[in-house]
Amino acid sequence: MNDSISIPKDIAGERKVIGSRHQRSIIYLDNVTVDFDGFKALNQLNLIVDYHELRVVIGPNGAGKSTLLDVISGKVQPASGRVVFGQATDLIGLRENQIAALGIGRKFQTPSVYTTLPVWDNLDLSLRRKNKGFVATLLSKLNTEESDKIALTLETIGLTKKTQVLAGQLSHGEKQWLEIGMVLLQDPELLLIDEPVAGMTEQETEKTGELLKSLTDKHSLIVIEHDMEFVRQIAKTVTVLHEGTVLCEGFVENIQNDPRVIEIYLGRQKETDAPV
Amino acid sequence: MSRLKSAASNVGAGRAFWIVGAILFAGVPLLNSLPADSFFHVSDFTLNLLGKFFAFAILALGIDLIWGYTGVLSLGHGVFFGLGAYAMGMHLMLGIGTEGVYGNALPDFMVWNQVKELPWFWKPFYSLTFSLAAILLVPMAAAAIFGYFVFRSRIRGVYFSIITQALALVAWLVFNRNETNLGGTNGLTDFKHIQGYSLNEPSTQLVMYMVTILFLGLAYVLCRWITQSRAGRVLIAIRDCEQRVFFSGYSPANYKLFVFVISAGLAGLAGALYVPQVGIITPNQIGVLPSIEMVIWVAVGGRGTLSGAIIGAAGVNFMRSTLTNHFPELWPFFLGGLFIAVVMFFPKGIVGLLRKASVMLPSRQSKVENAATTD
Repeated sequence: MNDSISIPKDIAGERKVIGSRHQRSIIYLDNVTVDFDGFKALNQLNLIVDYHELRVVIGPNGAGKSTLLDVISGKVQPASGRVVFGQATDLIGLRENQIAALGIGRKFQTPSVYTTLPVWDNLDLSLRRKNKGFVATLLSKLNTEESDKIALTLETIGLTKKTQVLAGQLSHGEKQWLEIGMVLLQDPELLLIDEPVAGMTEQETEKTGELLKSLTDKHSLIVIEHDMEFVRQIAKTVTVLHEGTVLCEGFVENIQNDPRVIEIYLGRQKETDAPV
Repeated sequence: MSRLKSAASNVGAGRAFWIVGAILFAGVPLLNSLPADSFFHVSDFTLNLLGKFFAFAILALGIDLIWGYTGVLSLGHGVFFGLGAYAMGMHLMLGIGTEGVYGNALPDFMVWNQVKELPWFWKPFYSLTFSLAAILLVPMAAAAIFGYFVFRSRIRGVYFSIITQALALVAWLVFNRNETNLGGTNGLTDFKHIQGYSLNEPSTQLVMYMVTILFLGLAYVLCRWITQSRAGRVLIAIRDCEQRVFFSGYSPANYKLFVFVISAGLAGLAGALYVPQVGIITPNQIGVLPSIEMVIWVAVGGRGTLSGAIIGAAGVNFMRSTLTNHFPELWPFFLGGLFIAVVMFFPKGIVGLLRKASVMLPSRQSKVENAATTD
């Protein structure tokens, strides 16, 4: 029954095998509704992302973009609907660390790194290991295979020279790359990335774009982003969210010219930008 | 290169550990054996005080693990200290036998309260083995049950602190009741001997002191092993960014629970070493106020450093003994002022100050070197 993901025993027991119509999708959200005391943050949302795809999700504030990531990563439990990962893994009811162990990594909007630990230790702790319990971790030692992996990731994110710098002393952009590196070391099949270039310089933004594009060789990505120029740099397919549902989906060029999108997203911007 | 540096600092720490350990374990008793008129003589009274301070230091190590490293502030460690202390106290109490004021096999306070028969939960404490096990296992079990529910429910930050404070208050109320059969407000006292040796003998107290130092050494080694391991780095990671720890596949609740339980065991051990040296344990030593004071020891010494916890516990209690001898009414103000000063001016405590001072000079040199090489 083992497919490309190795599943820890305790989770494998809880794994519900259910049929999926979309055999080739890495993640499949079926009619998902999230209800915050009457406010529907997600409203019967359907989303399918394929393997090795880089999907960008855009939408105005409050459209449900972050809630979408919360649902996939287990932070928020939907009121109804299904979330299917890979061939047939139901994610509903699993905790964050269990979902992470299945192979879904998440990069937060604000840099979430361990500020008082060196870059190396940040990566070392994030490395995928069979057992992450207290006792196993207490007794574990770093092997060469693991340290090679860390070194390779350091190269990917361009922090090889800062191995022993405390993460809190990195620049904003470096922290974001470090966190991407931390997520990569979990060996995720699917990466969820929330506004990676917010607050970055133009140069850093471009470098981040190249980094994300290079990841599609081995991973699938869902990226939430506001910066339209950045979206054009990295995206092929864009999903537009509005009031908790998918408004439309398609190639960047088509999306940008879609009148509905202009109305809810760009149009709104024009209104606020309009001189008084 | 910095790996080498950290290895070197490990060697340094190891050497310091053996030197300080030897001074405390052998040096102080040696000074105690000098003639009383010698300048270097350490009196029996001082030795006894030191024994108490270092018992507190064991507890401080535990608080440092859960607060300094993991960032979880417990204001209820007096309870775990108390559980260990009362377990030891009950054993010593039963050891009095018929030598009490009333000449009854029951402890004096039970005679006074007209209790006719030894309550069931007292009976196993006749056994030394059971009592020694209870010293560790009772506080650890209490912490495990309490921690399981609290950490599972993801109660953290100030809410966790408030709940642990409530726990301390509850324990204080329960232990104060005569119906609890633990001596009420007066607690357990008038102990006569431990394993046949009189507790009033200086030689017994000397052995108690040395046993305390021995356990302090073991507790330090245990804590250092944990904090230097990868699990120790996970604890720091929980303190820095718990959310990321979750998404990296760890369960912060399990880590907190483990450390909370270990820390409760250390507190219980400290309580058990405290009782025979001080000769009394009352509810006032385990309630809300002492629990807060314990946290202040660690803050003053320097949280997140093991040596800081030991220095803080011994240092603050030394000041307390000195000050309360001369100006008893000033102590609360001094303690409060000390805590405010630590929070505002030296958040890393005494050890932080010392490190800063020792780093000042070499860092200036290395800056010069760096400037030279980059040019």
